[in-house]
Order: sequence, then C-alpha cells, then structure tokens
Amino acid sequence: MFKILKREMLTPNICKMVVEAPRIAKAAKPGQFLIVRPNEKGERIPLTISDYDVENGTVTIVTQLIGASSAAIIATQEGEFFNDVVGPLGNPSAFVGKTADELKDARYIFIAGGVGTAPVYPQAKWLHDRGIAVDVIIGAKTKDLLIYTEELASACDNLYLCTDDGSEGFKGLVTALLEKLVNEDGMKYTQAVAIGPMIMMKFCTLTCKKLGIPEDVSLNMLMVDGTGMCGACRVTVAGKTKFACVDGPEFNGFDVDFDEAMRRLGQYKAEEMAAKEELDK
Amino acid sequence: MANRIPRVPVREQDPQVRAHNFEEVCYGYNAEEAALEASRCLHCKNPRCVTACPVSVNIPEFIAQIVAGDLKGAAAVIAKDSSLPAVCGRVCPQETQCEGSCILGVKGEPVAIGKLERFVADNAPKAETPASPAPGAKKVAVIGSGPAGLACASDLAKKGYDVTIFEALHKAGGVLEYGIPEFRLPKEAVLKREVDSVKALGVKIETDVIVGRTVTIDQLMDEEGFEAVFVGTGAGLPRFMGIPGENLNGVFSANEFLTRNNLMKAFRKDYLTPIHAGKKCCVVGGGNVAMDAARTALRLGADTTIVYRRTEVELPARKEEVHHAKQEGIDFQMLTNPVEILGDEKGWVRAIKCIRMELGEPDASGRRSPVPVEGSEFEIPTETVIMALGTSPNPLIVNTTDGLVATRRGCIEADGDGVTTRPGIFAGGDAVTGAATVILAMGAGRKAAASIDEYLQNK
Repeated sequence: MFKILKREMLTPNICKMVVEAPRIAKAAKPGQFLIVRPNEKGERIPLTISDYDVENGTVTIVTQLIGASSAAIIATQEGEFFNDVVGPLGNPSAFVGKTADELKDARYIFIAGGVGTAPVYPQAKWLHDRGIAVDVIIGAKTKDLLIYTEELASACDNLYLCTDDGSEGFKGLVTALLEKLVNEDGMKYTQAVAIGPMIMMKFCTLTCKKLGIPEDVSLNMLMVDGTGMCGACRVTVAGKTKFACVDGPEFNGFDVDFDEAMRRLGQYKAEEMAAKEELDK
Repeated sequence: MANRIPRVPVREQDPQVRAHNFEEVCYGYNAEEAALEASRCLHCKNPRCVTACPVSVNIPEFIAQIVAGDLKGAAAVIAKDSSLPAVCGRVCPQETQCEGSCILGVKGEPVAIGKLERFVADNAPKAETPASPAPGAKKVAVIGSGPAGLACASDLAKKGYDVTIFEALHKAGGVLEYGIPEFRLPKEAVLKREVDSVKALGVKIETDVIVGRTVTIDQLMDEEGFEAVFVGTGAGLPRFMGIPGENLNGVFSANEFLTRNNLMKAFRKDYLTPIHAGKKCCVVGGGNVAMDAARTALRLGADTTIVYRRTEVELPARKEEVHHAKQEGIDFQMLTNPVEILGDEKGWVRAIKCIRMELGEPDASGRRSPVPVEGSEFEIPTETVIMALGTSPNPLIVNTTDGLVATRRGCIEADGDGVTTRPGIFAGGDAVTGAATVILAMGAGRKAAASIDEYLQNK
C-alpha cells in the first residue's frame, strides 16, 4: 500500500499527488514512468513521474480525469492509499546518459502541453541544476488550464506561456510560438523535447523537422504490466515495432508513426466509454 | 485383476454451460472415485511413471497411500519431490510424462495419475506449521513468484533461511496468476492456497518490485543484506510474427489478452479492466497458451478459431486442453499459417490472410516442417487476432547485473543445479530454459535451493 501524502487539484480536471514510495523515489530518473493501481478493482495506469524526492521517499504524479480509471486515482484522498505503485519504468531521458562535456554547449527547448507539462519538470530541473541552458514552452487552451508554471519558472532560463485564446502569454499554439522564438527572436536550440497530447507531439515534430531541431517525444501508450510482457504499447519507430514501456518511453520524434500511435491509444475506447457511463450513473 | 477396472472418468462441467463461464472445467475425483482409480495401479517393480516424471515423484507409493485411505501420508510422499501438487495435478502434460509411461496404457488406459495427485493436494489436511526465520538467519532474495520462485523459497524457508520474494506484478504467482486461466487453475481456491502455504513458512513476499528497475541485484546484496539471490523471472516476453498488419487495432499478444482477464479480472463486471475479444476471434499458435487464449475469447462471447501451421498431431498443447477446446466449440484450422492481417479504413482488424501448409521433410528436430502450398492463400474474416507464438525471457536482470551471462536465446546461463556465472546468484525455470513447464520450473527452483544452501553453508 502506498500512502497519498498530498493531494491538490491543479485545474478542475488535473490532480497532483505526492505519494510515499521510497524504493521508486530512490531509483527514479527524469523521463521514467510508474504504474498506479488505485484499488483492487482498478486498472494499472501508466503515469510519467513528475517529481521524486529521495530524502522524503516520495514521488509526484499528475493525473488528468479522462475515464473511470483516472477517476479512481483522483478520488483517492490525502491520507488514503493506492493499492499499488510500481516503477520506475522505462529508460531515463537521453541526456541523463550524456557527459557534462557533451551537454555543455547544448540549449534545450521543452514543449509542454496539458497534463504533459508536469513530467517536463524533473527533466528541466535536472538540466538546469547542472547549468545547462533550458527554455520551456507551456501551452494550454486557456489561462486557467496552465499548470506547473511556478515550478518550471524555477527550473529553466526562459519560460514561455501560450494559450489558444490569448488569455495568458502568446496567443496561439505551441508550434507557432516555437517558430517565432527561432525565426523571429533568433533562439538557437540544439535539442527539443515535446511532452503532451499525441496530436501536439505530432505537430511539434513537424515543426522541429522544419526548423532542423532534433526532437524527442515521450509516448504514454496503453500498457498493462509496463515491463515488456504484454505488448499493448507497441509503436512503430523508424519502421520497426518497439515497446514504449521498455524501449521508450522517449523516442526520436522524427521516427515515430504518430497516426498509428493515436489509433492504438483508442483501442479500448468503446469499453472505456461504457465503464465511464456505468460510473456516472 | 485390478487392471480390468476401466479408468474412472472424471466429472466435468457440461461443455455447453462452461463455454459461458470461468468456473473450473474439471471437478476432480471424490473419495470413492479416487479410491477406485487408485486401485488400478499395478505397483510395478520398476515404475516407469517415476522415471518419466521430471521430478521423480514416487507415484506408486502415494497411490498406495490413497488405497490405504491415508491422504496425509499420500501428501507427504508427494511433498518429498513436489511443492505444487494442486497446480501440477492440473497443468502437467501427464500424457507425455507419468501417464504416457504407465504400463496400463500399453493395452488400455493409463492410471489417472494427474487426477489422483490433484485429489490428494485438494483434500489432504494441510500440515501447516507456521514458522518464521530464526533471528540472525541468513537472508536470501528470490526474484519472481512463479513456480520456480515459490518452490525455491519454500525449500529455503524450511531450511531456516530468511527469504523474501520480490514480485514485479501486484499479485504473487507469476504465470500461474497472469497466464493460466481460472477455468484451468482457480486462483482463490488453488493458487492462493499454495502461495499462502509458502507465506506460512515465514517467506515474505514484496509485490510491485521490478528487480533491475526498482532495485538492482547488487543493491539487494550490498545494501539490503541478502547473501544469495535466486532468479526465477520466467519467460514473459511475447513474440510476434513480423507480418504486415500486426499493429492494427484488435491484434493482441496472448500475454496481454490473458493478463487482462486473469490477473486483471476483465471477465468480472465489477473490475474496470477493459478487454476486447470481438464477435469473431482468431488465435494463432498451438500450445497451451493458444488454447487458454481461445477458450477465454470463447467465454467472452467470441466465435473462436485456432490457426496452427502443423497438424493436430504436432499441437504442443496438453491433449486434455485440445479435447476441452473442441468440446466447447472452438474451430481448429490446422496446416494454416497467417501471412498478413488485413484492416478496415479505421485501422481495425477485418480479416486474417492465411496460406495452407503441408508437411515436408523432417527437419533437424525430427519434426516434419510445414511448407506453404503455393497459391492457397485465403482470408478468415475476424475482429481480433491473438498471437500465441511462445515467449522468451526478459533481458532486464541480465542487462542490469554484472557477471550474469545471457545465452544466444536470451536465457540466463546456469547449470542444472541453478549455478550461474556469478557466485551468490542462482537461477532456474523458464528464465534459464526458455518457456517450458510448471513442473520443470518447480524442480529447478528446488535444485537451486539446495545449491544455495550448500553455498551459504560453505561461505
């Protein structure tokens, strides 16, 4: 059993939780994920790790209310317990394996969207703490849906906000803002990392290709075990089938077949809708 | 003459009824039936059944105890060589092991050794003497709670070691939990009892720990004080065929399909786990896993076909499972091999394109290898495809542990006693042999326990 030490709704639909999981906190690296099974009858839900604290033995997860299973996670209150939290899973971000020398001239741009903003935080922090240049773009539909702005402001050199309706920061999509930064403001990035909805990552990839910036994306596919056993997270990367759980979750965005990935994410939509209806009754 | 009594049939759920539920198919013998069946054993001087048993259970001896009415005694005889009789009695391929060698089988039907073993395991009073390791006992880590891990842990606990099993999933049992369905191996009544009896010996089980990710073997040994480690991580990675269309929606590995249903209880309305069998399902493969997946899909309401590239004679599944699958109405397409999976405009499976095969010359293994019949391609319309093509070991432990060596097939290099290339680390079961049987894994776990005991005594 894993205790929820803190629970906070960041938006009406997005919940941040700090969970006691000392083994995972000790082993976690930026870019990795974990799996939560909130209760005996719940699913195993993969969530990218949004922070970890070795000293206090905690990990932070940020969940968006989508269906019955995410609802079960969010419904768990402070002081209550998740049945299971397992991880860290997947490979750490590529930069974790690089030497200081390899990184010293790098300038990273993180492009974060929606609930995908939270897992950008440990990555930006890791680089920022080591003196590597990091900028971050956070995008949301509207001002109230922007999350992790304070945390990320402290973990990068320049934080750029953008909203579809212009209620905060740049008005428009994250891709338009990235183009502006590079083409008009003369920013030079050696590496981009996009984390957010699949459709956002798809268009970020097209933009990065156009701008000539190498780009990694983090794929949050459907999974059961997260250890390579089920193959539900199959994704085509550079023409080859990969398992997002053990080969990823981060891949070179230029190589990912996003259309297939989006289609595969919807594989249990009919069953999930039915479960949600049952829950709403 | 005892052998004139015909083999006592075992009572089973009606095929029409069980095709719609997940209750156990076979009811097992009652005391009267077991006594009668036990009386058929000839008690051969040189019992071939014992030689044919991978762990050499003294079969005539335990059967004699059933005849004498001493179930506790029968259980004690089995326990000398097997720690999972309720499981093995249900899932061992008896027809190629003990029963396949029974002398009665030459002219008639062999003694139902598997059913008798199950009878003893299900009905003998449990000689449970709760125990806990003595203070200062040496600590051993067992990785994986499948048949190899459970057997190894229970032997070590009996020898007084302080044993902790680390399990990656949220429930103990390994393939017995996530792989084998409820209708063959009931989880609460049988598996949980086996796991509980291991716990009763003082073995601790820590779930949700993926050794190699959550913690490494080196950390377990250097930081947590474990003096020896047994790796019984099985063979859990699914294989796919590499044919076009395998990533369409509706194509699943048998592992995913079965894990959703067994471990995650998708068949129960009160669990949130989604599962998609469709109205029409094709299962590719001919082993026990293929039978399990097909019979699960059937129970979830799918009209189900098994596609296998050789003939029925070569089906690697247990005979009983094939027989049960047929009784339940599963369609068998033999000498048939998929070449492509076809999708609709939305990217969902609509059909599986196959080619007919014929058996050619025997290959190196002596089996006649199937060769495609040119121009015989045809389509089987289907909504889902389940790939049950075998599994291979997970490379995580080898990749994160210095000094362990992987074989060409991705298995951990270890000898017959479970000794690996690194002192203090032992391994056995499917992780070493590749996918095999429960009884071989159980036997390997026990041999490794003996090796660990010897290693720690001399350390």
